[in-house]
Amino acid sequence: MSDFIEPYVEYGREWLPLLLRAMATTALLSVSAFALSLVFGLLLALCRNARSRALRHFATLYVSVVRGVPLLAILFLLYFGLPGIGITFDAFTGAVLGLALAFAAQVAELFRAGLMAIPKGQREAAFAVGFTPAQSFTLIVLPQVVRVIVAPLIVTFVSLLKDSSLASLITVNELVLTGRAMATEYFLPLQIYLAVGLCYFLIAWPFSLLSRRLVPAAG
Amino acid sequence: MMTGLSTFITVLDGLLAGVGVTVLVTLASLTLGVILGFGLALLRQFGGLRAIHFLIDAYCEVMRNIPALTHLFILYFGLASIGFRLSAITAAILGLGLIGGAVTCDLFRSGFAALPNGQREAALAVGFTPLQAIFAILTPQALRIALPSLGNYTVQLLKDTSIVSAIAAPEIMFYARSMVTSSFQTTLIYATVAGLYLLLGLPLTQAIRFLESHYGRLKA
Amino acid sequence: MNPLLSVTGLRKSYGQVEVLKGIDFAVAAGEKIALIGPSGSGKSTCLRCLNFLEKPSAGEIHLDGERIGVRLGQPMSDRQLAPQRAEMGMVFQLFNLWPHLSVMENVAIAARKVRGLTAAEARELALEMLAKVHMAHRADASPLELSGGQQQRVAIARALAQKPKLMLFDEPTSALDPELVHEVLKVMEELAAEGRTMLIVTHEIAFARDIADQVMFLDGGTIVEQGPARALIQTPREPRTQAFLKQIRH
Repeated sequence: MSDFIEPYVEYGREWLPLLLRAMATTALLSVSAFALSLVFGLLLALCRNARSRALRHFATLYVSVVRGVPLLAILFLLYFGLPGIGITFDAFTGAVLGLALAFAAQVAELFRAGLMAIPKGQREAAFAVGFTPAQSFTLIVLPQVVRVIVAPLIVTFVSLLKDSSLASLITVNELVLTGRAMATEYFLPLQIYLAVGLCYFLIAWPFSLLSRRLVPAAG
Repeated sequence: MMTGLSTFITVLDGLLAGVGVTVLVTLASLTLGVILGFGLALLRQFGGLRAIHFLIDAYCEVMRNIPALTHLFILYFGLASIGFRLSAITAAILGLGLIGGAVTCDLFRSGFAALPNGQREAALAVGFTPLQAIFAILTPQALRIALPSLGNYTVQLLKDTSIVSAIAAPEIMFYARSMVTSSFQTTLIYATVAGLYLLLGLPLTQAIRFLESHYGRLKA
Repeated sequence: MNPLLSVTGLRKSYGQVEVLKGIDFAVAAGEKIALIGPSGSGKSTCLRCLNFLEKPSAGEIHLDGERIGVRLGQPMSDRQLAPQRAEMGMVFQLFNLWPHLSVMENVAIAARKVRGLTAAEARELALEMLAKVHMAHRADASPLELSGGQQQRVAIARALAQKPKLMLFDEPTSALDPELVHEVLKVMEELAAEGRTMLIVTHEIAFARDIADQVMFLDGGTIVEQGPARALIQTPREPRTQAFLKQIRH
């Protein structure tokens, strides 16, 4: 047992700054990708209800395809594949984009469920006082949708946070890749990867708890 | 055109070598996950010991808040460094299965929680023992309720097996990555990978839909 | 004198089913008209066609001389309809208050966003309207904390805040528990006494008899009988009207 603990004592001071920096990268990557996926997801959800048949088909197709393709394939296509036709990203941007495009589908489905949960009468009352459809959406419908889907959105964020670990496979220096580098240098994969796991847990767990606390608040 | 087609066939051929392992890992970890998860759910929902509840909760929290990639590295590289050398496929199945246990535990628990108290009370009232009540009355209903979520989880699992390429398990993505280094047909290869997973997902979604229609949630 | 609202040849079909089979009537400024009739007679549909929440299949609707819902021969979009709808206040059976806004905000927001009042002006107006419906003391509450009767009164205040030319009431008390009906009817009485133009779809026959100037009895998508409120309700001429009123009395 002491064999297991010893490396932490000996190297802890060296490892801590490395891990902290990696946590920051992971956090930045996840938050950026999530914010972007919210935008894409809302746009997709609007497309689903659009009047244009082309937009509707596009949105449905997008969601079906993205739900059936592994995130890793999307990341590899973006980072390794696109340079072949002239488009290059740096790894971090590629990862943000890939995660956002993938999770946009999930977010879109959440928005869709949220929109369906709002009674028709809400929109009618908005029209009756003279709101335009745009005003009705931004002032009356959207705020209510957001309230309804906040908890599932947080769960989606935690998923995205975990999946950000795949960015390590396209050379982004986040927690897992940092862990790999450290493991190669110190030959202590067990201790190091457990520490990496702990780092993820420390970031993700508060959000998981938060999402569960928000669920009973159905208003 | 012919060279395009023949390249595609070469790529496809290379990828198909990995399908067997992809399917194996998916089914094996699914089985492990479901059995483990169901057992944990029963213990958590109907077991008496508070300590067990706490342990199960802790297990689920830990497994669900750490990425699969990290779990896999711990099992494959971490254990190897202290003498437990697992094969890549074993580590893959174990890793995804243990995570699956946590995920399905939550799913099954939700299923049980959705049942009104009256169900159990009625069972006890006719003289069932608690154990009989659980297996004869509650479990069938809870399973029906959990079915759609289980279906979603299975589809996700199929995609997640691509991660095990990172510990060199010879499944589809692993072959894809090896081919990329030697052929430079990067876009074609990964696009074909995407298509392959989409295709593999189809019979899976069909099977789930079939199960849902035949054993799905009973309407009151 | 020109009527405030005139409806000619109003028809509405849902697919093959014709719900309104040609409705004609006019409402003078300050007049109160009650629409009564059995379920499915088309009363609510008729009302909802007036502010184009339902799009009529045929017919013309004019408010204060302006054609509603159609511009230059083309049907108007929801965006184009918005200003016209603001001229008519609608009170719904299910209140439809916006739960994410306070009572005060429910009343003030349209005044700010549609009619362009400043925040202070809108707030003052909202409090005035809430006072009119005796709900000013709950201005900061959430709609979810209110009883049905209270919510409906706030809904009335919300409609009034747009200073509409005409108030439309779609079965305003049908979704209320019996003991809460009175407080809403009382507010509607007070509005009537102010001289407002009101069109009320209702099952409250006694209320219709006492408050309305005219009553229209709808059945099967047509106006079967129309006339002065008291007279029609006490001594209906048509057999169908008689049958309906006899049923309701029970």
